[in-house]
Amino acid sequence: MKKLLLSCLLLFMVNQLIAQEYFPESIGVKSVNEKFTAFTNATIHVGPTQTIEKGTLLIQNQKVVSVGTNVNLPKNCIVIDLKDKHIYPSFIDMYTNFGIKKPKSPSGSRAPQYDASRKGYYWNDHIIPDQRGFNDFKFDDKKAKEFITAGFGVVSTHQQDGIMRGTGLVVALNTTDSNEIRIIDTDATQHVSFTKSKTSKQSYPTSTMGAMALIRQTYMDASWYAKGNSKTTDLALKALNNSKNLPIIFEANSLDNDLRGAKIAKEFGLNYIIKGGGFEYEGLNEIKNSNASYIIPIKFPNAYDVSDPYFDSKVDLTMMRQWNQAPTNPSVLADNGVNFALTTSDLKAIKDFKSNLLKAIEYGLDKETALASLTTIPAKLLGKSSEIGTLTKGSYANFLITSGDVFDKKSTLYENWVQGTKNVITDMTVKDIRGSYTLSIANKSYKLNITGEISKPKSELKLDSLKVNSKISYTNGWINLFYTPLNKDKTEFVRLTAAITSNDNLTGSGELTNGNNIKWTATKKADKEKKDEKKKEEKKLPIVKPLTYPNVAFGFKELPKQQSILFQNVTVWTNEVDGILEQTDVLVKDGKISKIGKGLKVSGTTLIDGTGKHLTSGIIDEHSHIALTSVNEAGHNSTAEVTQEDVLDPDDINIYRNLAGGVTTIQLLHGSANPIGGRAALIKLKWGVSAEELLYKNRPKFIKFALGENVKQSNWGDSQTVRFPQTRMGVEQVYIDYFQRAKEYDAKKKSGASYRKDIEMEVIAEILNKERFITCHSYVQSEINMLMKVAEKFDFNINTFTHILEGYKVADKMKSHGVGGSTFSDWWAYKYEVNDAIPFNGAIMHSQGITVAFNSDDAEMSRRLNQEAAKAVKYGGLSEEEAWKFVTLNPAKLLHIDDKVGSIKVGKDADLVLWSDNPLSIYAKAERTMIEGVTYFDIVSNERMNKEIKTERNELINMMIQAKNKGMKTQTPVKKEKVLLHCDSLENL
Amino acid sequence: MKKLIKKITIALLLMSLGAVAQQTPASAQSESILIIGVTAHLGNGQIIENAAIGFDQGKITFVGAVSEADTSNFSKKIEATGKHVYPGFIVSNTSNGILEIDAVRATKDTDEVGEMIPHIRSLIAYNAESRVTETLRPNGVLMGQITPRGGTISGTSSIVQFDAWNWEDAAIKIDDGIHVNWPSSISFGKWWLGEDKGPKANKKYAESVNDIKTFMAEAQAYLSGLKSPMNIPFEAVEDLFNGEQRFYVHVSGQKEIIDVIHFCKETGIKNLVIVHGAEAHKVADILAANNIPVILDRAHRLPSHSDEDIFFPYKHAKMLMDKGVVVAIGVEGQMERMQARNLPFYAGTFAAYGLDKEEALKLITLNAAKILGIDNIVGTLEVGKDATLFISEGDALDMRTNILSYAFIQGREISLESHQTELFERYMTKYSEE
Repeated sequence: MKKLLLSCLLLFMVNQLIAQEYFPESIGVKSVNEKFTAFTNATIHVGPTQTIEKGTLLIQNQKVVSVGTNVNLPKNCIVIDLKDKHIYPSFIDMYTNFGIKKPKSPSGSRAPQYDASRKGYYWNDHIIPDQRGFNDFKFDDKKAKEFITAGFGVVSTHQQDGIMRGTGLVVALNTTDSNEIRIIDTDATQHVSFTKSKTSKQSYPTSTMGAMALIRQTYMDASWYAKGNSKTTDLALKALNNSKNLPIIFEANSLDNDLRGAKIAKEFGLNYIIKGGGFEYEGLNEIKNSNASYIIPIKFPNAYDVSDPYFDSKVDLTMMRQWNQAPTNPSVLADNGVNFALTTSDLKAIKDFKSNLLKAIEYGLDKETALASLTTIPAKLLGKSSEIGTLTKGSYANFLITSGDVFDKKSTLYENWVQGTKNVITDMTVKDIRGSYTLSIANKSYKLNITGEISKPKSELKLDSLKVNSKISYTNGWINLFYTPLNKDKTEFVRLTAAITSNDNLTGSGELTNGNNIKWTATKKADKEKKDEKKKEEKKLPIVKPLTYPNVAFGFKELPKQQSILFQNVTVWTNEVDGILEQTDVLVKDGKISKIGKGLKVSGTTLIDGTGKHLTSGIIDEHSHIALTSVNEAGHNSTAEVTQEDVLDPDDINIYRNLAGGVTTIQLLHGSANPIGGRAALIKLKWGVSAEELLYKNRPKFIKFALGENVKQSNWGDSQTVRFPQTRMGVEQVYIDYFQRAKEYDAKKKSGASYRKDIEMEVIAEILNKERFITCHSYVQSEINMLMKVAEKFDFNINTFTHILEGYKVADKMKSHGVGGSTFSDWWAYKYEVNDAIPFNGAIMHSQGITVAFNSDDAEMSRRLNQEAAKAVKYGGLSEEEAWKFVTLNPAKLLHIDDKVGSIKVGKDADLVLWSDNPLSIYAKAERTMIEGVTYFDIVSNERMNKEIKTERNELINMMIQAKNKGMKTQTPVKKEKVLLHCDSLENL
Repeated sequence: MKKLIKKITIALLLMSLGAVAQQTPASAQSESILIIGVTAHLGNGQIIENAAIGFDQGKITFVGAVSEADTSNFSKKIEATGKHVYPGFIVSNTSNGILEIDAVRATKDTDEVGEMIPHIRSLIAYNAESRVTETLRPNGVLMGQITPRGGTISGTSSIVQFDAWNWEDAAIKIDDGIHVNWPSSISFGKWWLGEDKGPKANKKYAESVNDIKTFMAEAQAYLSGLKSPMNIPFEAVEDLFNGEQRFYVHVSGQKEIIDVIHFCKETGIKNLVIVHGAEAHKVADILAANNIPVILDRAHRLPSHSDEDIFFPYKHAKMLMDKGVVVAIGVEGQMERMQARNLPFYAGTFAAYGLDKEEALKLITLNAAKILGIDNIVGTLEVGKDATLFISEGDALDMRTNILSYAFIQGREISLESHQTELFERYMTKYSEE
């Protein structure tokens, strides 16, 4: 790496001030300046935990020579007395794109691109580990000054583009010297994200889960490549392998992605440093358990402008809470031992850094951690602790000179030295004239208040209680004050000047409105600061609303607990041979159904009177897309490598809404963008728990396949005619191709021969090995028949056809194949291939002995699947008992989980719903929904929560209006839109 | 060229589909009929137990207790003891018959080009032989308001019954009203251009509202002048000002609803109907005081905010009716044409969440008829009105018991078959023979 550094630096030998010793000199005598500079009598903060009172800091060239109380000053030394002043190490921002321009997007056709543009590199254009921030770097003086003014001395910068983004450099913000001095490391970090490169239109990946799969596959391929298995050269993989010892910084930008990045890192034994989004406090336990280090933005939401009551309805409670709670993010992380560096990244302007940091401190961040997160922590994460972050011998002379505590609002930052070069922020030789004065002029006594910044003061002038318009300026040791005496008729000015001396009173000369020269004196009464201190005492600690689980409307204050419950005298729909039992009791204990019978006597349990009510097992939805942040990976025609388990959204309000409709278990399927979709996630709707805890324990493995118009892109627009397949004929060949390749892959793997591990092939081989089930989106009979034949050819069975709207036409064939059907109750006519969809479909398939379920594929329908089940009574005349099984036991069977759920049977999970009425009735309401004995929804608490939400909204709105009136920044209301996902939903990466 | 061929092929394909016509329309009522022993749901909130309903020559001639009916007046008697009779359900604000398959553009006749196009008339595009529409009838949905959807002033709707040879036969009220898509004071970010997805203040709101005002003001000026040369769009709105046509404004926000009310007062437009009215409950008192009815969206929808009462869409009708607002149910939205057959179940859901069942029934009978201006001919079981009614096995608002044995439109006994029931029978026969 160092060799590379030297060779590259040759390019930057322009306009240097300090000549290298081995360079020839052609424009003068070769002069060397080896002077020392000493800063004495200062309070020196060597690091966050070490402070030296009355210390001396000695520097030479770019480095610290010595620090302490007994420093011998060399003779060739300039001494700067810093009595009453403080020295801190300059800050480090390890997450910037300083000096690196964003790349441009290619222009041109709208036709989709499936292949990579680059040759000799990885197959995907968004994998650019060979990209070097150093190559794109051009020192940006203007931006450097902004950073310096905010107290920064060193930044790490990289090209923020692509999924694997290559390496970043570490650079000192030295505006005097050139790159050979200021670049501390040309390749210090490597970068990863879930966001695609703007430089390429290559489609894959179109989703977060696709990006995750791609990162995993790249890591596998890199290690395969490192072993010399590839017959060709791949410069991207080569570069990735070359930089594998560098710290990896992962750009997450949201809580969900924080945890997703952490998951990948864990799988590959890597230590990701995760650039968060600022809302980590909402998932504190998971963040803690990730054991990762974080880079935390110091950006907080502005208050929303809610002065118009019509508009406030557009601000979601979640957003209002985030405004209120987000400033606690750094302190909450610090209090819980999460290791983090702070960054200016995400801020609109670097100058907002200090006020936001002070806000974080006001919200509880301790100053020691604040300093560490800006100095020692980023230095350590960058592997540069010996060079930056502290003021120890040998480290760069990067330090701040302040009037006091660097994290005090009143303190002034005088100078920021970078690599031994001075940058003046506020001239410390300027006398602070701020304070209250009595100004006597022409027999009148005015009150003069000087406020504002030291070198840019503001004046307030009053005669008795009347305000007098005035203006002050302060330059080069002189002040000019002019004002307009109170006079109704004329606007005239009195002009005063004075030279500032060591005397606190101001004395000078001036001209009155009549042109007469006068002498004047302003006697100083009190320092400005005292008033400030008084103010501060009055200031209350900010009110922060408590978090809920999840931290959105209808979240729990405390997670509900498992209960022992006895339902008494209720109509029980067992879904077992017992059928529907009237006036029966059901005991729930330890999360299981413990007893079913009449007149059960149990002590110590909660009794629930079920008279006139109905108790059923929870509804199971075989086909849902709620609680997900992505549904389709549409970049390839097969995406078996992606999994919905990677992209769960445990905060989705639709989880709660589904619970209110009696739903307890749902299968989250990949969409229908391609013949071979992604792997499914099976979850229980445990509202309030983390993504991982939502997942059904010991779940069977499923994958989504799809047929018909969606996979052949029929309704995607006229430009989408490139991807194979475009016909049903092609779809069959996709399957044959993949199954055949997976078969050969698996055979090779099992033979013990060396092979390139391919996630996609691994997954498809699981299907062939009957370890993973297919649920296939399907419409017309031809393709349904085709897929069964292909499966038979490869000696396995399709488990479920989902949608299966023409299943009734091939019910006999389905029966003999042994596949189940999960269909819509009555949807049709929304596209050409559903012309022959009929609401009798479920009844016909059922009549032929097929296991039939009704599914939703829709966040609205899923919360009233009981009504959909009732349609099987209307269309086709099923008995109510059989119709009910369409949304409970039958989907459980299709999902191979009927050993645990789907009926009311002793020993099964207590996933139960108490209904106000016959559950198939349009008038039925779920009054209580429990999962494993934990009540996640009940209709009484729900009404209470409605009231609480109203109250909390009102409180937050009032707080925002107050904030607005104090002049804080506000933003226009933005309703948080939960994007509803369907089979054909695509993301925008 | 290739694309053109593709389009023609699709068109031909669809034409051939059209050839599989709707069930043959029933011929005119030839004998007087008396239905006996039923629970009659009149549609006006009343129920008559053990009732008889008689009709002749397409009109209802008797509604009352069986004991009071003179059976000798009727040539045919239908014994339906224990069953229920309802007036035919009316679906407001739908596009049945002017769009067949959502994803096939060639079948779409809902949105015309242009902004101010009141002269565009849905009726003439109405396909009386739609295969989707015939599936509404077995659920008791026998009439609908067919509305155009394009532009700002979208055009003119008409009300049809669902058993007809052609649109002229189908019409029961021609050109009943003008539809306007009122602008929203909130606009949505163009997320595909990198803007925030959420809504923000629509800076063009005032301008867009002003466009409608200007159009109406100019129309009024034109109509009170010589009307020459003729201006077709202005001619089309004439009946708004004399109250003969309804003014259906598709609008959701409370602020916008108030703006619409002021707009109508200023311009002298009578007979305003609010369509959608997602926030109508917030201004319910004003709506009630001004006798402005609301055509609500389906009950089966999601709350519009994540912190809104999760049952709000189910409670919405009651919130308005409690304040004295007259409410009906429209179906505009995703897959509305095929969903229109679930109209009774939207009413049932409103009943589950607070409305009395007979009050909920009004949403799709009397109230709909009143709002659409057809309550003189349909909407209730009353002597003199059209014999557009049906017999259900039980409660028609509940899917378990919404099972029709007979349905009549203008006294004509219509078929309850559809291509869906035919496929059902065809395949059940296939399997029974195997």
